[in-house]
Amino acid sequence: MTAITVTDLNKWYGTYHALRDVNLTVAEGERIVICGPSGSGKSTLIRCMNRLEEHQSGIISVGGVELNDDVKNLDAVRREVGMVFQSFNLFPHLTVLENCALPQILARKTPRAQAEEQARALLERVRIPEQAKKYPGQLSGGQQQRVAIARALCMKPRIMLFDEPTSALDPEMIGEVLDTMIHLAEEGMTMVVVTHEMGFARRVADRVIFMAEGQIVEEAPPETFFTAPANSRTQEFLRQIVH
Amino acid sequence: MDYIAARPAPAKSPAPILRILFGDAVAALITVGVIGLIVLMLPVLEWAVFDAVWHGDAAACRAGGACWAYIHDKARLILFGIYPPDQQWRPVIVIGLILAMVMASLSPRFWNARLALLWGGAILVMLVLMKGGVFGMADVPTAKWGGLPVTLLLAVLSLGMGFPLAVLLALGRQSKLPVVKAVSVCVIELVRGLPLIGLLFVAAILLPLLLPSDWTIDKLGRTVAALTVFAAAYLAEVLRGGLQGLGKGQAEAAQALGISYWKMIWHIVLPQAIQKVIPPLTNTAIVMVKNTSLVMIVGVFDMLGAGRAAAGDPAWPAPFTETYLFVAAVYFAICFGISIYARWLERGVKRKSHA
Repeated sequence: MTAITVTDLNKWYGTYHALRDVNLTVAEGERIVICGPSGSGKSTLIRCMNRLEEHQSGIISVGGVELNDDVKNLDAVRREVGMVFQSFNLFPHLTVLENCALPQILARKTPRAQAEEQARALLERVRIPEQAKKYPGQLSGGQQQRVAIARALCMKPRIMLFDEPTSALDPEMIGEVLDTMIHLAEEGMTMVVVTHEMGFARRVADRVIFMAEGQIVEEAPPETFFTAPANSRTQEFLRQIVH
Repeated sequence: MDYIAARPAPAKSPAPILRILFGDAVAALITVGVIGLIVLMLPVLEWAVFDAVWHGDAAACRAGGACWAYIHDKARLILFGIYPPDQQWRPVIVIGLILAMVMASLSPRFWNARLALLWGGAILVMLVLMKGGVFGMADVPTAKWGGLPVTLLLAVLSLGMGFPLAVLLALGRQSKLPVVKAVSVCVIELVRGLPLIGLLFVAAILLPLLLPSDWTIDKLGRTVAALTVFAAAYLAEVLRGGLQGLGKGQAEAAQALGISYWKMIWHIVLPQAIQKVIPPLTNTAIVMVKNTSLVMIVGVFDMLGAGRAAAGDPAWPAPFTETYLFVAAVYFAICFGISIYARWLERGVKRKSHA
């Protein structure tokens, strides 16, 4: 079963050609790590997968549903796909518990009691149940990102997108977020992760994808990717980030 | 290695009072200036308190002190205008209702759709109470309404109806749809470009001439409409500031979670935008409360209008100063109340954002 199919995807920002003929298939249960220099289009690609960005040509289908102007399709896709952002994007005016419960109530019409129960269960799973009554501004970056993961998981997605989830974190907090993601991977979640955490890629990824200038330059299992990259751009990139 | 134990910071002794008052040239100058001002104000105090006439009739007031007896005598006229005296229990209940509703709405915890409905119901009850004609209450035409209930109703109605309109205008101004955006910008800029008095004249005098003659909209209604549109234009610009202060990430997170547009606006965007603009919102609310006094110009009897009418009674020695001071005190109480409330709200917001 394929979870996501991207076929001949092209995306422009004005005249800037951000994604160029991108083709990618993600199988159900597969973990994909996308890396590449800044401006290579990796965030744009992942943001196209739940239509936070609109593409101009090509086909993206998620769980068999094509992403296009049809709002019904969009709703169906966003139901299946959870997303975690670089800057957490928690709702600062709501408590941690409300952050996790309210989206279920608004988007799924879940009864409040049930939504809160689910929220508590997921906060337990990301190991911060004791912060439920606090506001996001009172938590550390690592804790906030774990709440964001819990919030996305509350919607029972089948696919999780991570857009540089650890890039905004202080170094000592990266580990706790990666641990949470590793747990999630071990439970069999389909994951597409944009990250530069090569340790995570090595440990979790089924495939690593390297992008440059809006194209997929290299695509390989982690052992091959890290030990014998084929493309010279990949080799150069790996040299730069692995000091 | 040995860790250094934490020590308390050295105590800072308070400066002696003399150094605060006369520590340097500027402080000394200010101190002397303030003392001078207080001395200058002494005659006012004499007029307002020591020589004042607190009880008695018009004759007792000829002496020259402040005539508070007159306020006592005319309080009902100032507070309720020419509303029939035997029916004045009705505006009293209306004021009580407004205060009760305001009290019930103070905590942001209660801000939801149910409260909005409750306000709608309460306003309806207030209007029926004022107007009468049903349940055995005598009919009182709006031309006879006056005083404090009119001031409060104008303020509450114009801000209450202006706010949802302002939300739509502010969102419209940010819309990607060109027509929606153009209409919003036009309305906001047009209304902000007109003086309120001009708008009131249009509503009170020009509008009835322009509309078909069988369309009779009450003058008070038209005045409320003008104030509402005026408040909406200013509130919309204040809200726009709050909307712009919100990161794109909030909307993206809501979208990614599958929350629909209007639910996102209501639950995610507006609460945050409002929190960001409490000080300028307060400012607009206070300005609008005071702006209601301009309706006097088109012949609506608000509290200031009723006060002026009361002071014109030839039986008393033209106590305009006392009247205006009394009316000013009521306005001050309302506006200062709003100000304190806003500060309390802001403290609540700060508590959430800091550990």
